[in-house]
Amino acid sequence: MTDHTTDPRTAASARPATASHATETAFLGLGPKDFRLLLIVIALTMLAPFLLNPFPAGSELAQFNAGYPDLMQRFVIFGIFAIGFNILFGLTGYLSFGHAAFLGVGSYAAIWMMKLLTMNVIPAIVLSVIVAGIFALLVGFISLRRSGIYFSILTLAFAQMSYALAYSVLTPITGGETGLQAKINDPRILDPGAGQSLGRANLFGLEMGSSYNLQIGDWSFTFNAGYYLAAIVMLVGFYLAIRLFRSPFGMMLRAVKSNQQRMNYTGLNSRPYTLAAFVISGMYAGLAGGLMVAMDTQVGPERMFWTASGEVVLMTILGGAGTLIGPVLGAGMIKYMENIVSKINDNILHQWFSFLPDGLEDALVAIVYPFIGKGWNLTLGIVFMLVVIFLPGGLVQGGQKVARLFRRNNRKGGGAESEAAKKQPAE
Amino acid sequence: MGILEVKNVGKRFGGLKALDNVNLSVQENTVHAIIGPNGAGKSTLLNCLIGKLIPDTGSVMFDGQSVLGRKPHEINQMGISRVFQTPEIFGDLTVFENVMIPIFARRDGAFALHAFKQVMNDRDIRERTEAMLADVNMLDKRDAHAASLSRGDKRRLEMAMCLSQQPKLLLLDEPTAGMARADTNNTIDLLKEIKAKRDITMCIIEHDMHVVFSLAERITVLAQGTPLVEDVPDNIKGHPKVREAYLGTAH
Repeated sequence: MTDHTTDPRTAASARPATASHATETAFLGLGPKDFRLLLIVIALTMLAPFLLNPFPAGSELAQFNAGYPDLMQRFVIFGIFAIGFNILFGLTGYLSFGHAAFLGVGSYAAIWMMKLLTMNVIPAIVLSVIVAGIFALLVGFISLRRSGIYFSILTLAFAQMSYALAYSVLTPITGGETGLQAKINDPRILDPGAGQSLGRANLFGLEMGSSYNLQIGDWSFTFNAGYYLAAIVMLVGFYLAIRLFRSPFGMMLRAVKSNQQRMNYTGLNSRPYTLAAFVISGMYAGLAGGLMVAMDTQVGPERMFWTASGEVVLMTILGGAGTLIGPVLGAGMIKYMENIVSKINDNILHQWFSFLPDGLEDALVAIVYPFIGKGWNLTLGIVFMLVVIFLPGGLVQGGQKVARLFRRNNRKGGGAESEAAKKQPAE
Repeated sequence: MGILEVKNVGKRFGGLKALDNVNLSVQENTVHAIIGPNGAGKSTLLNCLIGKLIPDTGSVMFDGQSVLGRKPHEINQMGISRVFQTPEIFGDLTVFENVMIPIFARRDGAFALHAFKQVMNDRDIRERTEAMLADVNMLDKRDAHAASLSRGDKRRLEMAMCLSQQPKLLLLDEPTAGMARADTNNTIDLLKEIKAKRDITMCIIEHDMHVVFSLAERITVLAQGTPLVEDVPDNIKGHPKVREAYLGTAH
């Protein structure tokens, strides 16, 4: 390389660019922008019990509160699932339609650890990641021989196969239709109290189900140990995903998506890159499965059903495939609708519209009714269609559009000064 | 002995003899053009050189090693880079990233799992990329999306990507196909510039005689899957066999 740096013309033109484009590392090996994003996500997840419970407990709007442990846990666990899926789909463009299989396999591995070893969640979670990774290696090795729709079908076939096997032939390992639960007579060789009482999932004694309730006025906030464990795991997963996105490996994955032909003729073997991405994303799915078991010690084969695989695809696309935060947002949105919109029933609707004359009230309720309760899927479908048509970049693109709108308005107010201020950091 | 030695190569597609007993020797540090009318087997020959096709007979040796049966990325790692008829670049990535990727590939091989380093913190790669972009006068477009470049800039970028790997042999597949005269001339100038700056062997497959005679130091004329003549450009120009191949035998 000395020949390039000694070339005076090259060196001169390269130097100013180097100064401005060298990424300053803010902290933890992240650029300033990514670090800010990480801080925001940390704040959101840590304060979630407050943020998700904005309405007083007894009020009519309390049904929109999502700050209860079960749902908050699902937010972050599916967030992990979607972050992992996005590493494969968002970066390489390979659409796996069987990712729930890894989630399921991870869950089974975790419950077996809890049955055989200990109710401490650490071995369960670790094994779920390892087993899912190995399974992903096998599935990926075969499926990645094809691309496009054929790849999707292969992964779907594997997942449905796993589902069917778990349901039938593998009953001794999977418990078949009834699934597996923690039981009193599990061996749990590392637990002192095994055999006498039903163990509870714990982290070195801290039970995952234990919660602390904070009462402020009419508001009630729940801080759940399980949620915070899952949230911390998600933050680690999110941090690792950012690092991966900004790494040479991440760049190569985007190259796979962009032009595989050029990649091969550039001396790069795309297969190991896609396989590594597949395994990593399978491990994220396994991690999510392990955490599910840690929060609620039971597994059933329906966790691997194709609709579960489809759900994570929806989450990622809804939030914004290929973006860092998008999949987490998508996961949150879908889980919120699934749990909150589905709870609204016609009685609640009648209450809302009770100020209207009777006939009009009934008519409105009749119109809205198909979209709530069991009809939440219809609402989700419409939201999904709207997002795909108007915001192909997902909710993240929507956010960017809104931000740009605000900035434009600001600029009108601030005039030339704010314009100059905006240019400064870009240089 | 040349850097690229093609011996007795034959390739059939069903009943069609696409290549028949082709012998070709490309000398190091020369610009060698392969010309011929449509259907002469130029592209088939090129595809045999880069691993896309495996010939039925004969051998292709590059730098003393056989390229036959190797995958495209392995052949690239041996030191052969290829420029496509329509520029093949990473459209979704920035110009800077486009050039970084081949430099990474040259340094770290066909696969490297650098998942926890930041791309931009790799000083060595960054400096090489900047130097390469400066070399082709594209440093000002470094943050542009490659897909948004003009056709000429795409070609320039693709060339930069290939050259950044310091290949021993650069294969060009009709680099000016479908270009306007002005763009064609720009490409010729770019290639001349590249050749003047470094030791590189180029093998050009081309239709356009203007391009061929501006660049080539040696020319092989291919017709109906066999080489007719191989000579310096001046001798090719008026060669009766070449006229016959291009214009037909109807006198």
